[in-house]
Amino acid sequence: MRGDRGFPVRTRFAAGPVVALMAVSALFLCPHAVPAQAQDEAAPTQAPPLAAPTSVTLRDAPDDRGGAVDVSWTLSADDTDGRVTSYTVYRSTSPDTGFVMAGTVAKGIGRFGDGGLPDRTPLYYKVAATDGATESLSPVAGPVMASPQWFYRGRLIVMIASLLFIFAVVGFVRAAKAGKDLFIRRLAGLDHMDDAVGRATEMGKPILFITGLSTISDVATIAGINILGEVAKKTAEYNTRLIVPCADPIVMAVEQEVVKQAYAKVGRPDGYSEDDVFYLTRSQFAYVAGVNGIMVRQRPATILYMGMFYAESLVMAETGSAIGAIQIAGTDAVTQLPFFITTCDYTLIGEELYAASAYLSREPVLLGGLKGQDAAKAAIGLFVVLGAITATLTALGVMPVDFIARIFANS
Amino acid sequence: MRRQFPLFLCFIAGVFMAVQYFIPHPSVQVWYERILDWLQTLLAFAFLIGTVSLVRLHYHKIRHKASDRGYSFVLFAGLALMLAFGFTNRSPGSRFDHMFQYVQVPIEGTMFSLLAFYIASAAFRAFRARTVEATLLLAAASVVMLGRVPIGDLIHRSIPWAANWILNVPNMASKRGIMIGVGLGMMATALKIMLGIERAWMGGTD
Repeated sequence: MRGDRGFPVRTRFAAGPVVALMAVSALFLCPHAVPAQAQDEAAPTQAPPLAAPTSVTLRDAPDDRGGAVDVSWTLSADDTDGRVTSYTVYRSTSPDTGFVMAGTVAKGIGRFGDGGLPDRTPLYYKVAATDGATESLSPVAGPVMASPQWFYRGRLIVMIASLLFIFAVVGFVRAAKAGKDLFIRRLAGLDHMDDAVGRATEMGKPILFITGLSTISDVATIAGINILGEVAKKTAEYNTRLIVPCADPIVMAVEQEVVKQAYAKVGRPDGYSEDDVFYLTRSQFAYVAGVNGIMVRQRPATILYMGMFYAESLVMAETGSAIGAIQIAGTDAVTQLPFFITTCDYTLIGEELYAASAYLSREPVLLGGLKGQDAAKAAIGLFVVLGAITATLTALGVMPVDFIARIFANS
Repeated sequence: MRRQFPLFLCFIAGVFMAVQYFIPHPSVQVWYERILDWLQTLLAFAFLIGTVSLVRLHYHKIRHKASDRGYSFVLFAGLALMLAFGFTNRSPGSRFDHMFQYVQVPIEGTMFSLLAFYIASAAFRAFRARTVEATLLLAAASVVMLGRVPIGDLIHRSIPWAANWILNVPNMASKRGIMIGVGLGMMATALKIMLGIERAWMGGTD
């Protein structure tokens, strides 16, 4: 039968199922037919290239003997997010070619010191930020030339302070030469030096003088030798035996001359015996063993320790104490002072050792030098107090800049 | 001249060594390094002088039949033995090396170990409350010793803190004060020697 539109009814009813079947088939038979948005999300994307370091700055390394250049740069923008692992510095004598790797630094560091370079040769640098696989290069910077300097600018403060110190010492020496009376406080250890020598003379026992284990280049050894000269004069006068075991051959040679001259000066050249000022050994504890043996066998009544000492000091001082000798020590070794203080009868602490020569001889020129030292110490003390005040005020925000710290910042 | 020449030499050498500290230029530093090399050479010859002095001293002791001449024989025997071994072979495993490693080093270690006993005896004598200062020393030493061992922390947790405070504040301040004085004393003594003011190291001013 025909419908209202002229189509047979049986045909109209058959078309709907066929269209549905075709749509379902399209879904299963055409898998690539997906929406455009899903297509973009599935494809992988490329990471942007590393940002290069910028503003590469070059300068000849300051205050050196030449052959060094300082390279600095602004860090890559990718340094903070962890993409950069390190920086590689390249160097060449030409701006276009021939770059070789000069060194690498870790991320976060924007400077590099290049050394071992020829002086007065133009050099060019570029810096690469790297993530381990790729590099991103800065523009080439240069030229820069390494060269030696004639003055350590960082030590200018030391030079000024040294010159002021020299002027203070020379000034006081001149004042002493002109006859000015200079006060020096009493030093118990040195005041009792005469008593100690006298004790040995009365007991008929020798005096043992030890100038330490250091070499002649150590100022403490020279200070000890100065005291040895004064003690040798006294022992020559009193005809007391003076034994001086030495740990250094050059020190031995100097001490032999000093003692010999001391004996000659008081008119007793025959009293000097070269066998009493002798070389023992350079080895630290072998020296201690030797000195202890002399103490136990010779049993000196007085033992004087004047110079630089190390760990052996207590071993010697305890042995001296055990044999009942009077002991006077003087050293600038801060670590050994407690041992001497607890074991010896008198101790010269630090700079008192250097004052001994002036104190014993009472020569005006030497006393003047001592006063110059004191003036310099007073100046240092003043700076320390001022520095503490300015540092405190700066920390509290009262003072904007700690000018005392700034003066010493680069020294 | 005999006394003027050493003073002149001392002045020139002292001024150069002081000035080179401020000049990094290689034309100055190369001379500084040469002087250091010369010092090493002089030291090598100085050991010869020391050995001659030692041998002569002990020869006199033996010759004059001194009471302790037995030690002089031991010294000569050791000197001869080490010289013979040293001239023959000084490599690791040689007799020279064995004498050094198994005789000299243990003996030196033994002398060093005596320090432990001497420190104890010195502390026993020093830490007595006879005066105010000695009492203060005793108290401070007790706190520091307890603070450096675990039992101090077990007793009270403030003991290690107090020990560190004593070491870092008053102790460090006094050490620094001594070192400032020592530094200035060194400079002044060196200056006086360079300028010829201090001449005791030459035997005096005459």
